[in-house]
Parts: sequence; structure tokens; C-alpha cells
Amino acid sequence: MMIEIDCRGLACPQPVLRAKKALDNMQEEEVLVIVDNPAAKENLERLANFLNYIFKLEKKEDNNYYIIIKKPKGNEYST
Amino acid sequence: MNTLRKFSGMVLLTGIVVGVLGGLLVKLGNPPNMGICVACFLRDTAGALGLHRASVVQYIRPEIIGFVLGAFLVSLLKGEFRSQGGSSTVIRFSLGAFLMIGALMFLGCPIRMLLRLGGGDLNALPGLAGFISGIWIGVLFLKRGFVLSRATSLSKANGLIMPTFMFGLLILLLVRPGFIFFSSKGSASQHAPILISFIAGLIIGGLAQRARFCFVAGVRDIILIKNPHLLIGFVAVLLFATITNLTLGQFHLGFLNQPVAHNDYIWNYLGMLLVGLAATLLGGCPLRQLILAGEGNSDSAITVLGMLIGSAFCHNFFLASGVEGVTLNGKIAVTLGILFCFITGLGNREV
Repeated sequence: MMIEIDCRGLACPQPVLRAKKALDNMQEEEVLVIVDNPAAKENLERLANFLNYIFKLEKKEDNNYYIIIKKPKGNEYST
Repeated sequence: MNTLRKFSGMVLLTGIVVGVLGGLLVKLGNPPNMGICVACFLRDTAGALGLHRASVVQYIRPEIIGFVLGAFLVSLLKGEFRSQGGSSTVIRFSLGAFLMIGALMFLGCPIRMLLRLGGGDLNALPGLAGFISGIWIGVLFLKRGFVLSRATSLSKANGLIMPTFMFGLLILLLVRPGFIFFSSKGSASQHAPILISFIAGLIIGGLAQRARFCFVAGVRDIILIKNPHLLIGFVAVLLFATITNLTLGQFHLGFLNQPVAHNDYIWNYLGMLLVGLAATLLGGCPLRQLILAGEGNSDSAITVLGMLIGSAFCHNFFLASGVEGVTLNGKIAVTLGILFCFITGLGNREV
């Protein structure tokens, strides 16, 4: 199961905030975040990097970025 | 990972450039400790347009024009220009106006707060504490679910209005028609040559667009997601402004007799608290609003217009502080601004 978060049209820092919230209570393995500007995409990449999660730009369609953030298999992150 | 490193490098570079130019522009003619200030410069521009009639603060500041046009040109080049808007317009306008009332209580935006510190003005310390407190309160609202409504894509013309307006201001500055006011005394009579100020603005605008530079996000992301990425820029501005001011003999440490400043600690604190809080609710600092307006964002454009009108109110209704201190009207307006932010913060959640 993958949770989907549509952050199009939302200002900073909503995409990061919502992605982090979903990742924090993550029962699902993956989170799909849709954003519509490059700054939000970079912020999500930074978040994933910071949490030691895997960041993957699934596709870019018009101005929309579909981003998958997932837990690395087999090792829990610790902060 | 490489893209992340590249962006961190851009943030550092932007911070260094803002710090150094902030010091240099003073040497070249801008008022002391006011090489760059989004709040003061929008206020001067409002004065030049006759929106207020305080004769000492009227000048179309080319740095402001440069910030917007620099971001506009770079976003076009990079294919990132996008017309977007329609998110809680009147709330954004009001937050922009109140942000300005807070900034002119303190006498500076977040950039000038750091430039003042970098010039040895310790009155900026309570301002810094207030700024951080305001952001912290804003983060509490964000955690409770505060959000302004979603923006949508708009036709290209919407996004072109603010860059066109800035281009118009540039023409007015160069032509100097009789209906535009230019101070012959006071802080707005002090300015670096137009071309240098404009180019400095263009450089900072372009860099800030690439770096997604934001003074509020620098602090906010530490509190919210413990990410220090944008704080590097914050620290770089302070450090390089200090070095530049020391080198140019513009560093004077102390609380007393600081240029375009007062030493009312409580209201320096509360003024910047209002700035930090309003900017957190808006999603970005005053510089970031100008940059986003250049990228085609109408929500930021309306915020900039709110700041412009807010600055005019400040002088029409005697809200702005001066070297002699703060005013009762200013205290009332800042209190109302903080109250407005609390109501906005509590009352806006996504339905």
C-alpha cells in the first residue's frame, strides 16, 4: 500500500510538513508526494536525504513532480 | 545528493553576496547599516509614489526592482517562471501590511536585522530574539494544521504584472517626472549610484531565486524538521556583513547612537516577532516574497503590494519608529498585528 499526498498549490513548508507527517506515522512502505514546483521537489529530496530515506522522482508531467519517498529495506533509521 | 550539495553551495554563495554587498552599498552611498533592507526600501518606494508624504523617506530603490527582475529573468532562463495564485488573497495582503508595521517598528527587515548586527548595532539582538520567537509561534500554528488555501495555475499575464510594474518603476526612477517624490534630506537622500544599486539587486535576485533563499525558512526548518540547510545563508550574511563592515571601518559596537535605530528593547523584540510570525504564516520572508513575485507568483505579488501599503500606513498614521524611539500608535498597530496573526493562525485550516 502506498499513501498519496497531493501538495499541488500549497505554499512552503506544507509539502515537507505533510510528507514528514506521513513518514513519521508510516504504516505504509512508500509515500507518493505530488508537488508543482522545483523548490518543493528539492525540499522533499533534502528531507528524504536527512531522514536516510530513498528519494525517487517517479515522473514529471507538465509542472507536476511525482515523488516517491520510501524506507530503505531492512534497516530502520534513527535520528 | 549532488543536487543537494549544489543548492547548499548556492545558499552559502547568496548569503556571502548579500553580506558583502550589504556593507559595500553603504560605502557607496546607502544609509548606514542599511545597504539592503526590503522593508525600508519598499517604504522609500511607497514614499516616492506619494503613498505617504514623509519627506525624508521617498526614493524609488533600484535594489527592490533588481530583486524582482533578477528573479524574473533567471526563472525565465531556467524554465521556472509560472503564473500561480489565488490563495487567500486578502489574508496575504493583510499579513504583508502587518509584517511591514512590525518591520518599521524595529526599523528593518530580516536582512537589515543581520546587517545591523554586522555593523555592531546590538539593538538588533532583541530583534533577532523576537524574529525567532515569531517563527516559533508560527511553527506551532503550522503543526496545528494552519494552511492558507491552495493556489492554482493562472494565465501568464497574471505573473507578468509584478515584473512589469517593477520595470515601470525603473523608468520612473530614470526619467524622474515631477509627480514622483525624491527626498533631498534624510535616509532616502542617501543612496548608491542607480546603476550599481540596480545591478546589486539583479545579482541578489538571481542568486536568491536559484538558492530558494529565505530567512524565515532558515530558522523555521530548524524548529520544524531540524534541517539546517537554509540557516547557512543566515549565518553567512551575518559573518560577511561583519567582515565587510570591519574592513571598511563601518563597525561600531554598542546600543547607543546607532544609525536609523532606537534602543527600545521590548518593541524591537515585538516588532520582529510580528515579522517572524507573519512571514511564517505567509510561507516566506520579505525577500522571498519579492523573488516569488518575480517568478510569477501572484500570491507573493499581492503580499508585496500589502507591504507597500502597510509601509504607507506606517508613515501616514505615525506607526513607524524613528531614532527618537517608538510611537504609541506604533505599539497599538503592532499589538493589533500580532492579534491578527493569532486569529489567522487559529482560523485557517484545510477543510
